[in-house]
Amino acid sequence: MRKLFLIALKDVKLAFRDKAALILMLLAPFLLTLGLGVVTGRFSGNSSNGISHIPVVLVNQDGAQLGNALVELFQSKDLNELVDPTVFADTAAAFKQVDDNQAVAAVIIRPGFTASVISSQGQTSLGAVVQIELYSNPTTPTSVGVVKTLLDQFISQVEVGRIGGEVAVTQLLASGRIQLQQAQAVGLAMGVNQANTSSQSTSVTLNNVTPSGETVKFDVLALLAPGMALMFLMFTVSYGGRTLLTERNLGTLPRLLVSPTTTVQVLGGKMIGIFLTGLAQMLILILGTTFLFQLQWGDPLAVLVLVLAAVFGAVGWGMLLTAIAKTPGQVSTIGSALMLIFGILGGTFINLDNMPAWFRYMSKITPNAWGLDGFATLALGGGLQDILTPILALLVMGLLLFFIAVFLFNRRGLMEK
Amino acid sequence: MPSILEVINLVKKYGDFTAVDGISFDIREGEIFSLLGPNGAGKTTTISMLSTLFVPTSGEATIGGHSVTKETMTVRDMIGVVPQELALYDDLTARENLVFWGQMYGLSGKALKTRVDEVLEQIGLTDRAKNRVKTFSGGMKRRVNIGVGLLHKPRLLFMDEPTVGIDPQSRRAILDSVKALNQQGMTVLYTTHYMEEAEELSDRVGIIDHGKMIAIGTQAELNRQVGETDTLILHIDENQSGEALVYAVRQIRSVLKAHVIDHAVVIITPEAEEIMVLVITKANELGVKIRSVDIQESNLEAVFLSLTGRALRD
Repeated sequence: MRKLFLIALKDVKLAFRDKAALILMLLAPFLLTLGLGVVTGRFSGNSSNGISHIPVVLVNQDGAQLGNALVELFQSKDLNELVDPTVFADTAAAFKQVDDNQAVAAVIIRPGFTASVISSQGQTSLGAVVQIELYSNPTTPTSVGVVKTLLDQFISQVEVGRIGGEVAVTQLLASGRIQLQQAQAVGLAMGVNQANTSSQSTSVTLNNVTPSGETVKFDVLALLAPGMALMFLMFTVSYGGRTLLTERNLGTLPRLLVSPTTTVQVLGGKMIGIFLTGLAQMLILILGTTFLFQLQWGDPLAVLVLVLAAVFGAVGWGMLLTAIAKTPGQVSTIGSALMLIFGILGGTFINLDNMPAWFRYMSKITPNAWGLDGFATLALGGGLQDILTPILALLVMGLLLFFIAVFLFNRRGLMEK
Repeated sequence: MPSILEVINLVKKYGDFTAVDGISFDIREGEIFSLLGPNGAGKTTTISMLSTLFVPTSGEATIGGHSVTKETMTVRDMIGVVPQELALYDDLTARENLVFWGQMYGLSGKALKTRVDEVLEQIGLTDRAKNRVKTFSGGMKRRVNIGVGLLHKPRLLFMDEPTVGIDPQSRRAILDSVKALNQQGMTVLYTTHYMEEAEELSDRVGIIDHGKMIAIGTQAELNRQVGETDTLILHIDENQSGEALVYAVRQIRSVLKAHVIDHAVVIITPEAEEIMVLVITKANELGVKIRSVDIQESNLEAVFLSLTGRALRD
């Protein structure tokens, strides 16, 4: 075990002494994040997060004032860049749209929603409120998060209106300024007005309400920074894998293999070395963007666990690449291509939620996509329990690829020509 | 002296190509044994099998009575390897390299530090210990390369052509250090294609060619294989062929062998001085311009030439 870590620490030391590697591992993702932040207006306060035209299906079974107000909110000019709403009459058809990946979510406004908030007796209701249902596609957590945020804002406004309206109507009645017959109309007007203000207050900046009720501001860099970090993590793991073949060519690998060191120790040490280098890279980038850009990555413990899982998944790819390639040059070439392909496929440059279903399924082979899912969830206020799926997927990916790599190494041998 | 290394009919094949073809030899405790042969003869492949890096296709070898194929970890503890190519981390300092490799051989703590200091002193690099290896000259790198092989005080040290590509001064230093190590009791298996090195260092020499061990013994024993012969070397003009002269020289009764090697006609004969005038006359008759003439007493080069018809540097 000691040799395993000695080999790993030696590799980390060598990686951080390689100036060219350092530029690609740390400087490049940092500068690209900075550049994209400038382009998207993150640093001028005029941010656009790249998420747009989210396909949403609305089923308005309520048909009354508040139900209509919610539909109008989604159809409002302010949101026409962000969401692409379609109104359906049939719930089953709406669900099918989501199941078929034609929409990221279906918002079902159940019958009696307005009535449950504002009673027909002219008073706001204190009874149970009929809930709005959100049926969502689990493969598009970021876009679903946006839709959920809009709903939360609307419901929050309605709740404010309901309680405020009740107080106001009661006071108006008590003071004799309105008659009992006028109470229903006044209450309704106040409720609808309050609900409608939610569309005016909605900005492109996303807010998500956590289960504890805390409002978390969603930062565009919370997508860009992990995207870049994950893309260049692929460089780091391919660089690490390349060192195994470089060591074979330079003679240090054969020298290791004639010392009292087993093949498992050498391979395991290499893998831990790549893992630690990738981990150090991710942590430096996270700390750097946190302190320099005031970026909120989310729950620190959950971020750490996700980083560990993402690096593990990426290391699996690095080991597989090394097992397949025959020369360090091949690892560099394939590694660079893989870094870019995974960057695109994994959602570093595009919003996966806007891509066809087959593209989104393909993206799941990349650690980038799972990692980005997790980081977006955490940036939207999610916790460790919300990113269990990406973590599990990344761990399974890493293990599977590692075993394939070991199988290939065993078949080919580390040194035999 | 008991044998520390015994090699029995060792074979290594890569597909249809046989790199090592059934060699057998032994090395006695405390001696320097040289494997002498041209490039591609199978020296490095032999060391790779003996040091447990490559698995032999067939045959067996034991070091200190332990099989190199079945007891690899025990064998690795007993041996040190100085590979032909520099096997160091350029971005680590000399000390960091020695510490890392020492750790790979199980050294740690104070014992590791003491041993690293000793080796740095031994290879004359104490004052450069904190410099990265990439800043070193070729000779200095070679010394670190050797130092790594000595860290754990191996019983048997494999040195695979350690003087290739370095300046004469560094070469001299390496040869002296090999002798010093041997005097301290270390057994050395030294491979080279330089006859002079084998002659200077070795207690015994094995001559290897095309994967086969073609001769083995002390220098005196090997010389006896070709008899009391000298080597007459006629260096000819670079743009001339010596083949006609070789044909003519072979007609002389006392000439045992004659070959053209690198713009020189090389003749093995017990009467070098006696036939020299005759050979020069024949060269003049054939229009072959002779630039210089050497006579060498019997040596390993002549042995190799006699056995293979080729020069060691071919």
